[in-house]
Amino acid sequence: MGEIRLIEAVREGLREEMELDSSVFLIGQDIGVNGGVFRVTEGLQAEFGKDRVIDSPLAESGLVGVAIGAALNGMRPVVEIQFADFIFPAFNQLVSEAARMYYRTNGDYSVPMVIRAPYGGGVRGGLYHSQSVEAFFAHVPGLKVVIPSSPHDAKGLLKAAIRDDNPVLFFEHKLSYNTVLGEVPSGDYSVPIGKAVVRLEGTQLSLISYGLSVHHCLEAAEALSAESISCEVVDLRTVKPLDSAKLLESVRKTGRACIVHEDNLTGGIGAEVAAILAKDGFEYLDAPVQRVAAPDVPSFPYSPILEDAVLPGPTDIIKTARDLAAY
Amino acid sequence: MPAKDGIDRLLDSGLDAADAQGMYRNMLLARSISEKSWLLTRQGRVLFSMPCDGQEAADVASASALDVVGDFIVPYARSLGAMLVKGMTPLEIMLNMFGKAADPNSGGRQMPMHWGHKKLGIISMGSSIGTTLPRASGVALASKLQGQDTVTMVYFGEGAASQGDFHEALAFAGVHRLPVVFLCNNNGWATSVPVNLQTAEPQISKRAAGYGFPGVTVDGSDPLAVHQAVTKAVERARLGEGPTLVETKTIRMMPHSSSDDHLRYRSQEELDAEKHLDPLPRFRDFLISAGIFDDESDQTLRESVNQEVEDAIASADAARSPDPDTALNGVYAP
Repeated sequence: MGEIRLIEAVREGLREEMELDSSVFLIGQDIGVNGGVFRVTEGLQAEFGKDRVIDSPLAESGLVGVAIGAALNGMRPVVEIQFADFIFPAFNQLVSEAARMYYRTNGDYSVPMVIRAPYGGGVRGGLYHSQSVEAFFAHVPGLKVVIPSSPHDAKGLLKAAIRDDNPVLFFEHKLSYNTVLGEVPSGDYSVPIGKAVVRLEGTQLSLISYGLSVHHCLEAAEALSAESISCEVVDLRTVKPLDSAKLLESVRKTGRACIVHEDNLTGGIGAEVAAILAKDGFEYLDAPVQRVAAPDVPSFPYSPILEDAVLPGPTDIIKTARDLAAY
Repeated sequence: MPAKDGIDRLLDSGLDAADAQGMYRNMLLARSISEKSWLLTRQGRVLFSMPCDGQEAADVASASALDVVGDFIVPYARSLGAMLVKGMTPLEIMLNMFGKAADPNSGGRQMPMHWGHKKLGIISMGSSIGTTLPRASGVALASKLQGQDTVTMVYFGEGAASQGDFHEALAFAGVHRLPVVFLCNNNGWATSVPVNLQTAEPQISKRAAGYGFPGVTVDGSDPLAVHQAVTKAVERARLGEGPTLVETKTIRMMPHSSSDDHLRYRSQEELDAEKHLDPLPRFRDFLISAGIFDDESDQTLRESVNQEVEDAIASADAARSPDPDTALNGVYAP
């Protein structure tokens, strides 16, 4: 089978799960006739009808609240939030309701719901179409947070998320939709939530990342190999729960770690990974754990000159990795 | 009560003598549980309570209009009367009040009167106000998508109607003509904030027009009026004609919760002046005037209700507490 774009992988995942399970339905703004602003759901309303691909009002809290209710009554809703930046009105529904429904009912009610949202910068989307929001939700017990980097994982993890009985936030880097290509298996498959994978084997340092930043790490690793610096690239794939075993295994081998994400630095996923390495990987470390992340500014400014000044990329990774290798 | 009274009015409302007596019993039971729960907090045996005193008629009569087995209720903390109609027993309620392991609402994980009982079709609530409303629309959406002949009724106070989720839930339900009844108990107070500081239009039901479905306001101390209005709303929902917003004008005879002192913001005179609206003596007098009840039966019934609640308290108090080793369990579904 040939390569497909990440956006097609997401669409295929949605279509296949809708075919397999009549309780799966999609709901979100502009996802029906318009196929979503990024066209992820293109053609799905025509194929499955207006009851299974529902154009919702412009009201994120109500939308997520409705999905929670539907999930409590036998359905498996897949919500599209148009941009991750617009998820905050639904924060209360996600944190106060969806995340703790299973715990607070002592296991009686669960919320099998997926929230999909495009995240990330580099598209000149300015402060409100560029954000990474995963750290807010990774903090919350009861939620799972998944961020795929490849078409294979996007489809396989989405299928796993839809089949999961817990609320899962599924963030897709908008820049990866049409720029990241890859092969996907022809038959039904899924990728387990909570499992990281090594994208590139290396010996001297571990670049630990997720989402589009994984590709920046791979690009940096290739450039560094020309300098005889051998990088291992670990793709977390799920940032909640974190696959501690896999990242510790990598750092045990390399002795050096740099966590890379597009989200800003303070309180990000990198901090949690660093804490895990400090506690359980201390004896493996030959150098301080480093982080490459956006600086603590409120998302990415609109002007290309300003955005490029703060958007982390391969150059930042190369510089930090070089220093780390030389430590 | 309106001019038409006695047995004629009862029959007009679609209820028979046994229905009315059953409703009165549940109202007495709700009051008894509420009063005794309050005392338990004063004795330090229970840590929190939210009294329903004054709105028993609104809750019992509205829930009685549902199909008790098949329909869904999305409650809030003051919906005790509706919980009884839906089948929650005084013992189950007291297990919740005491936070015991066998509490069917949460196994001791939530504060008292935070309802949720899957087997009875009671959708779980937390302490956030208003989040329940979109949830009710979602439960009703799922009923519609699955071709279920079920109705969902969500209870909330007029304070919750100030939340954005109120608007988002009603808008969605209106668009999709969902089988849901929005039942607002308007007692005029959101803790200490009076309704005139919540909105310049204190009649909440008027807002339904903005969502394209009917809104009606009824006397929440009159169970027959409530039952008639809600029966109509439930029938409309079940026929696929869409939602209704029913506002019951109720009174709050007690503070917001056991952590509140309402004399900080309400006068005793004002509270006394509302006493004639207490639905319990009103309904008892009505039943007597209709010739289907008398003082002796009232006395017998009160004693039986009192004993049932005392027994529930004794059993719940003696029941097993949650095992501390289980506090980490059930964060995620398997």
